[in-house]
Amino acid sequence: MTRSYAMQQPYTIVIGLEVHVQLATESKLFCRCATTFGAGPNTLTCPVCIGMPGSLPVMNRRAYELGLVAAIALNCEIPGFTKWDRKQYYYPDLPKAYQISQYDLPMSANGYLEISDSKDRFEPKRVGITRAHLEEDAGKSVHDEATGKGDSEIDLNRTGTPLLEIVSEPDMRSSAEAKAYLQELKLLLTYLAVSDCNMQEGSLRVDANVNLHIDEGGERVATPIVEIKNMNSFRAVERALDYEAERQWRVWQETGQKLGDAPKQTRGWDDAAGVTRGQRSKEESSDYRYFPDPDLMPVTITPERVAEVREGLVELPAALRARLGADFKLSEYDADVLVNLGRAAVDYFFTATEACGEPKAVCNWVTQDVQRVLKDREQPIDEFGVSAEALGGLVAAIKSGAVPGPRSKEVFELMLAKALSADEAAAELGIEAVDDSDLEQLCRELLEANPRVVEDVRGGKQQAVGALIGQAKKKNPNVDPGKIRQLCLDLIESGA
Amino acid sequence: MPADRPPLTRDDVEKVSLLARLILTDAELDRMTTELQSIVGYVDQLAEVDTEGVEPMAHAVEVTNVLAADEARPGLPREAALKNAPNHNGRGYLVPAVLGE
Amino acid sequence: MSLVDLPATELLRLMEGGEATSQEITREYLDEIERLDGDAGGDGGVGAFLHCDADAAMERAAQIDHLRDAGERVGPLGGLPVAVKDVLCDRDSPTTCASRMLEQFRPPYDATVVERLKNAGAVLIGRTNMDEFAMGGSTENSAFKQTKNPWDAERTPGGSSGGSAACVAAGMAPMAIGTDTGGSIRQPASLCGVVGMKPTYGRVSRYGLVAFASSLDQVGPMARTTGDAALLLTAIAGHDRNDSTSINALVPDYTERLEKPLAGLKIGIVREHFGEGLDPEVERAVRDAIGVYESLGGSVKEVSLPHSKYAVAVYYVIAPSEASSNLARYDGVHYGYRTDVAAVAEELAAERKRFQEAGDQRAVDRMDSSLVRMYRRTRTEGFGPEVKRRVMLGAYALSAGYYDAYYLKALKVRRLIRQDFDKAFEEVDVIAGPVTAAPAFKLGEMVDDPLSMYLVDLYTVSANLAGIPGISIPCGMSSSGLPIGLQLQGPALEEERLLRAARMYEKETDWHTRRPEMED
Repeated sequence: MTRSYAMQQPYTIVIGLEVHVQLATESKLFCRCATTFGAGPNTLTCPVCIGMPGSLPVMNRRAYELGLVAAIALNCEIPGFTKWDRKQYYYPDLPKAYQISQYDLPMSANGYLEISDSKDRFEPKRVGITRAHLEEDAGKSVHDEATGKGDSEIDLNRTGTPLLEIVSEPDMRSSAEAKAYLQELKLLLTYLAVSDCNMQEGSLRVDANVNLHIDEGGERVATPIVEIKNMNSFRAVERALDYEAERQWRVWQETGQKLGDAPKQTRGWDDAAGVTRGQRSKEESSDYRYFPDPDLMPVTITPERVAEVREGLVELPAALRARLGADFKLSEYDADVLVNLGRAAVDYFFTATEACGEPKAVCNWVTQDVQRVLKDREQPIDEFGVSAEALGGLVAAIKSGAVPGPRSKEVFELMLAKALSADEAAAELGIEAVDDSDLEQLCRELLEANPRVVEDVRGGKQQAVGALIGQAKKKNPNVDPGKIRQLCLDLIESGA
Repeated sequence: MPADRPPLTRDDVEKVSLLARLILTDAELDRMTTELQSIVGYVDQLAEVDTEGVEPMAHAVEVTNVLAADEARPGLPREAALKNAPNHNGRGYLVPAVLGE
Repeated sequence: MSLVDLPATELLRLMEGGEATSQEITREYLDEIERLDGDAGGDGGVGAFLHCDADAAMERAAQIDHLRDAGERVGPLGGLPVAVKDVLCDRDSPTTCASRMLEQFRPPYDATVVERLKNAGAVLIGRTNMDEFAMGGSTENSAFKQTKNPWDAERTPGGSSGGSAACVAAGMAPMAIGTDTGGSIRQPASLCGVVGMKPTYGRVSRYGLVAFASSLDQVGPMARTTGDAALLLTAIAGHDRNDSTSINALVPDYTERLEKPLAGLKIGIVREHFGEGLDPEVERAVRDAIGVYESLGGSVKEVSLPHSKYAVAVYYVIAPSEASSNLARYDGVHYGYRTDVAAVAEELAAERKRFQEAGDQRAVDRMDSSLVRMYRRTRTEGFGPEVKRRVMLGAYALSAGYYDAYYLKALKVRRLIRQDFDKAFEEVDVIAGPVTAAPAFKLGEMVDDPLSMYLVDLYTVSANLAGIPGISIPCGMSSSGLPIGLQLQGPALEEERLLRAARMYEKETDWHTRRPEMED
């Protein structure tokens, strides 16, 4: 049933992703400077994050806890002991000339994330998480054209911001899987409120390690691994991976270079040109001279505490999708769309459904009309003008017939505009439920006035009855076209 | 010196000078090589100590979980932050263009 | 007797009794600095100070006097001059670490120790000379001046806290702050005939102490008497939440029970400490001192520290490794010295031309970028030879392929050294021994032999590795008139025990009262 990507290509692409997410803390990882985005350059720094002589780091408790929550949700093992290491390299945006990170004893390892595609473009799979560890961010270098001397300007506001680096196993086999992994990871971290995962603000960054497995005469050959950087959207990741696969295939055909024949290469994605370009490798880039940071104490944690955090986890997207399917009978696709809107939208769905008992209808409203308005207005759902209860009321009124289907959008718009309940909006629009006996009376009148239609229907042209529906709506705008149609057909059949 | 490790060479010292971001003249390289060889030679006596099963001791005080509350506090005014910079433009630190690095 | 001959505790008593003012005391000390320390270049005097702002000191003294007159709280050091090693950040004031690299550096913040001194009412009288970034044992590695031993101007004051030891010995300050990474307080204290203590690692905050080797560095007091050392330690010790390695334990008032002798003191001596290489005069002085304890009812027991013979080797892996990392930040970007960038560009252009003319494309490809060359030039010009040597050594020890054999191995042997001490302290209260193998050596004697210079730390480094406290007190004079020190080491957090034990000895002897004869 699923189309196999590999079958159409002479190779399999092998992808591992390294994702850095900024943790949602107030202050930095090792000092108490604020992590606010967009402040003026060098206005959020102190001796510690400038790396001033004599300054010392003190670990942010919240950053560790957020990392822990994420790692546990990613099914990682949490070792009882973790420590901080210095990763040493020189760069102007790294003022200490080392980054405080975690090397051989990360805070978590050996987890996984399950991905699937509701449109079945690939088989559901489990992507291994090698490790997730904490580290501090570097600052920013901006080329300063203004000075005319070709200087770069360094801003250290971001220096020391807490990051969680999540390293996957090379388990992905297509750009679609990679994108799904990123989407699921982002969704998970957003549900956990561990990070806002805002790619535009750099709160989520992706590097990819890519190579090809080529079947050559029944033997599997791997091409050299390439690391791709500078991908600024999930779409860019997808494009870069597809481009890189083809490029590596070309290079393989030209050179026949295998894994181990060439050192690991770093390439940057040029989104405008749609290509990856080789980056100059640093002279001694691989020699980071890691060693335990003597300024920071290790962190220990008990299995009881890990269990406690696990117990306290919010309901995760995968579990929520399953529950929406099992308890609310939503399709896999609907559940996916709803869950992807975020926890607030799902809660809105729950409340509205409770008010009307119609999950499918509510889901349609939430994922379509409600979502359309929110997008237009760039509004979060908790600020939406129609409360979940009110939407539930609308769905209930539609079900009871109090609000006829065709007029429901009108009612919805008015509820939104004037913050009214469904009943109030319907009343203001002059919508009244049409009594069944009134409806029958109306149909009889119409059939009497249109003998031609009756004849056509009797002659087998059921669709002729459609002409009556328009006339009925003119006489009473509140009538339900479906009911009119059925009633007219019934009356004709019964020979009335 | 454990037999399985090659001795420190002038070439090693030159490589390390890049890691350490120093420049050594030819004469300095020669001298540094000799000095480091003698120090490393002395240090190599550590190989004779049986450290099987000994936990490394990275800190003189072995406490854990020194963590601070996540409360943002004001840092330095920009002027104070940049005051010691060899070159700045009042907004940021200036360095020769970071190109191709 | 002049004010500068009195211990700090006595000066404090005089000020509290209204018999002297901080201004009088500070003035006298400033006069002594003027008289004895020589010019700014370090010629013709002891050369203990790198910076001395006399006006600021007098102003601060006047402020304290005023507060005291008004009956306000002035702090436990109220009005006492204190000299500070030029390695602790003093807000908006020079903090050079005796390095060209930080010649212009004015930190925007105070080190916790400096803040505590200020809050305790100290008059910060000047910044003392040291080996560059505290790397060395003779203060000869200062980029700015040579400090001389007040007992013999041709000899070293020791190091790296040579300026602090010399200024106290010469009577230019009653007390000084030093730092000790491998013996840098105790060794100069011993060579200059003053009291110097390295507290337990974590006892005194390192926040604002410009790091040499983070897991070994510790700030401590230097003074003429144990009473003064106790006073100064009480003022600076204590937990600091800005230093993750700071110990969260109550600090006793070390002056309170100082006079109370320790009954039945069990003294450990280490056989290896009295082996080959120990100067006979030093050995005699140390053994005599141990005899004094016995005469006071103490007992002596030989203890074994089997791994201490590896201490120097362990130290010269750990300290340079940490230093290479701690000093990587000095790259001319955010603070400190920067090379002439235009000259770097010219140099690179000339280099490229030369390679191209020689048709050596490989050399062109391998050339430094302008940024890398700026870093390298900056560091090459900003650091002195000893700093470069240690940075090189550390970068080598941590580089790919060597970590396990050097750094990791050293950390394991370090634990064995600590375990030796733990075991020894199950049997004895303190360990007594020499501080240095010989009295002060001649200036220039060891500058060409780094390894011999490193071996000077033989008796002191193990306390840094183990994190335990150690104190050096005067215990004799050599036949050539040079001071000899006795080292006492104790279990972690037992500074009080060491101070009381030192005081027991001090009461019985007069070595601590000997002062060098100083000429103008």
